[in-house]
Amino acid sequence: MPDMESAAAAPVRIAGVDERVLAEREERVSSHRRDVLFDVENLRVSYAGVPALKDVSLEIYKNFITAFIGPSGCGKSTFIRCFNRMNDLIPTAAVEGTIRYHGADLYGPEVDPVEVRKRIGMVFQKPNPFPKSIYDNVAFGPRVLGWKKNLDERVERALRQAALWDEVKKRLKASAYSLSGGQQQRLCIARCLAVEPDVLLMDEPASALDPISTTAIEDLMHELKRDYTIVIVTHNMQQAARVADMTAFFSVDVDEEHDRRTGILVEYDTTPTIFTQPSDKRCEDYVTGRFG
Amino acid sequence: MSVPADTLARSSQGDRIRGTAFYALLLVSITIGFLLLGVLLVDVVRKGIGYVDPTLLGEPNSSDPNEAGAGPAIRGTIYMMLLLLVMVVPLGVGTALYLEEYANRDRWYNRLLEINIQNLAAVPSIVYGILGLAFIVRGIGLGRVLLAGAVILTLLVLPTVIVASREAIRAVPDSIRQGAYALGATQWQVVWRQVLPAAIPGIATGSILALARAIGETAPLLLVGALTFVSVNPTLLGSFTALPVQIYQWIGRPQEDFRLLAAAGIIVLLAILLTMNAFAIWLRNRYQRRW
Amino acid sequence: MTTHDLTAGAQPEALPLRAAGRRWGEDGIKLVLALCALVSVATTIGIIVALVLPSIEFFREISIVDFFSGDRWAPLFEPASFGVQPLLVGTLVVTFWACVVCLPCGLGAAIYLSEYARPRVRSILKPALETLAGIPTVVFGFFALTFFTPLLQDLGVGVNVFNVLSAGLVVGVMLIPVVASVSEDAMAAVPQDLRDGAYALGSTRLQVSTRIVVPAAISGIIASYVLAISRAVGETMIVLIAAGGIAQIAFDPREQQQTMTAFIGATGIGDVPTGSIEYKTIFAVGLTLFVITFVMNMISIRLVRRFREIYE
Repeated sequence: MPDMESAAAAPVRIAGVDERVLAEREERVSSHRRDVLFDVENLRVSYAGVPALKDVSLEIYKNFITAFIGPSGCGKSTFIRCFNRMNDLIPTAAVEGTIRYHGADLYGPEVDPVEVRKRIGMVFQKPNPFPKSIYDNVAFGPRVLGWKKNLDERVERALRQAALWDEVKKRLKASAYSLSGGQQQRLCIARCLAVEPDVLLMDEPASALDPISTTAIEDLMHELKRDYTIVIVTHNMQQAARVADMTAFFSVDVDEEHDRRTGILVEYDTTPTIFTQPSDKRCEDYVTGRFG
Repeated sequence: MSVPADTLARSSQGDRIRGTAFYALLLVSITIGFLLLGVLLVDVVRKGIGYVDPTLLGEPNSSDPNEAGAGPAIRGTIYMMLLLLVMVVPLGVGTALYLEEYANRDRWYNRLLEINIQNLAAVPSIVYGILGLAFIVRGIGLGRVLLAGAVILTLLVLPTVIVASREAIRAVPDSIRQGAYALGATQWQVVWRQVLPAAIPGIATGSILALARAIGETAPLLLVGALTFVSVNPTLLGSFTALPVQIYQWIGRPQEDFRLLAAAGIIVLLAILLTMNAFAIWLRNRYQRRW
Repeated sequence: MTTHDLTAGAQPEALPLRAAGRRWGEDGIKLVLALCALVSVATTIGIIVALVLPSIEFFREISIVDFFSGDRWAPLFEPASFGVQPLLVGTLVVTFWACVVCLPCGLGAAIYLSEYARPRVRSILKPALETLAGIPTVVFGFFALTFFTPLLQDLGVGVNVFNVLSAGLVVGVMLIPVVASVSEDAMAAVPQDLRDGAYALGSTRLQVSTRIVVPAAISGIIASYVLAISRAVGETMIVLIAAGGIAQIAFDPREQQQTMTAFIGATGIGDVPTGSIEYKTIFAVGLTLFVITFVMNMISIRLVRRFREIYE
């Protein structure tokens, strides 16, 4: 139970976060309807029997930006990869618990991971454009899905949504590697958007980029959230405060006896709350920079 | 405490002599091979250059060295190379894809598969000839035909192509695969549309080098019946000969002129090999991606 | 802002969950690829069957004891004799002389490339060494017969026209790249720290190479030796051309001798009737050859794996 008195008495401050930004977040969160898109219940992930993440339960809301923050090693990346079943690609990974997507169990026996990934897209930490042209990168998804018609329009639309069209429209056939880091990442976003997903998962999308590219990506996220639901992992708290409507703080549970470190969800609330009135001390310590 | 300069000098002199002597030995080691190679090339060219002419390239063998040529032999070698290309590349790449992209490394049968391939790479080439003799020539009664030779050479160089293809496939970064999976591609789509295209330069280089090695093989072909007095052009199911076999046959003739003819054949063979190797290296330099 | 173009096959928002029938195409592809992989298994099985079955028949007629203890090999003579020792000795002598050349020179070349050569020199020499390895054996055989043997004769070494010395030495040179490249890989895997530690103590390059690097890489070096010996045993063309066709037990390298491989080659060319005892000798000798090289290859593969494990 949150200690309301002490919380109200001393609101927490993080350096570099504007009051106005938090106010904007507060406004959006309170005015926007909360439709549950993902319902996570008691999720546990282990690699070769060793638990990496346990007892995670939360809800992700439609058209919100949700951020996972926390110190390194607390399982944020592992968690986000559960949403599009990318952990399936790791032979030793085992996922227990449920994630419901539009009410249906993502890990149900009938479910095909390939279909899941068509609806839930992912952008990775290090931009990973394919060794092909800009056009072919964006067109890869539609082609693989069998959408052969109107390819040019789809590519243009995706590139526009990713705010990259103007910069590359004259050189679509150029190699994707000729783009700068920030542009490559936007290309990867455009690539995701071209398959018209529901959800965009972003695993530290700007951590490998310079500050200007980072701002561009964050602006993009604000644009995209109107049509997509976005989940982002970030180790940059200021970024979480700037873009996320909801924030989940993860930490590490240390089991001295078995020498195990397992990730756990500590607190999940609206961003302004997490950053100004966190209930859990660990969360408060983290956002004020006392540790982590 | 200072060390007198001459102690330093003295102790290092013995070392220096030993060091220089050792270095000289090493240099000898490495130059012996090249020396022999150089002498060999010079000798072969000197002996054979006189006989390199259209007769050599076009005419069939004959008992008169002045009229004998390696026409059918060269054609046989080229046909076999083409057959080899068609057979060994799909098999080798297919096996490599299976081992790299599909096989679960923990399963015992997949590990056995890998050991098996390593072992096959080191089996003497003549044993492949015995294999061909037993199964293809006599076993199913196909006889001593071009196809038999091509099949045996395919099996002989298959391990080499597999190893080269595996390396090329492994070199493709995993981030590319992850990106493709994340877009909803199936495993085959990832392999066919991303991994293979990126691995093609490495696969091509490795295949050409493997083919070059196959072209020079003689022993298995002797057993599988590359008859050495073939005057007709080779057909798939007909008797055949190949350049290295023709060279071997000429070497075995008593007349001195046939030795020179053999040298000429060697020049042609080496020229073909040099071209193939140079092409493979050019391919690698031009298309190799630095990830 | 974005419209979801439903006619183009976009996915409806209210998800009635996905797919799917099992993707049969994917399973089919995995099957096809696995079949490709099975070709190599079939090859091994084929080799074993091809060698073992006729050999069993052979050893029904000729006792194994006679085979390995007899010292006269004359399968085509009257009376025929099937003692394989001459062939074994022939192979042994050729291999010996090959080792005299390739073991020291291969190691020396490897030490040079690994410890002494500058990167630019190395980048030229390594591919050049590979070129040596790419020369067809029939070319080496030609060289041994028509250049090296006369050379030896001119030098006063009274060798026969066909002799194992010439063939053996040339086989040795051919195998230098084999020893050099595997040994050099093994030496390259030795961490630089070991060398630095020794240099820092004032060791010379000679000392570091011979007392630190070579011992550390020893399993890889031995692997390369075993591999080279295996290749020497299995080498056919050079000995077929230059070492002779008379199976006899002789330890004087100036004489001619027939090796196991040369016998198989010479007999296989001819039109020996299928099913005859002479035909089966091909397989009996072949099996002996295969077993010897197989054992050596397995040892070599094990050793290579060991040195990889230690340092990687």
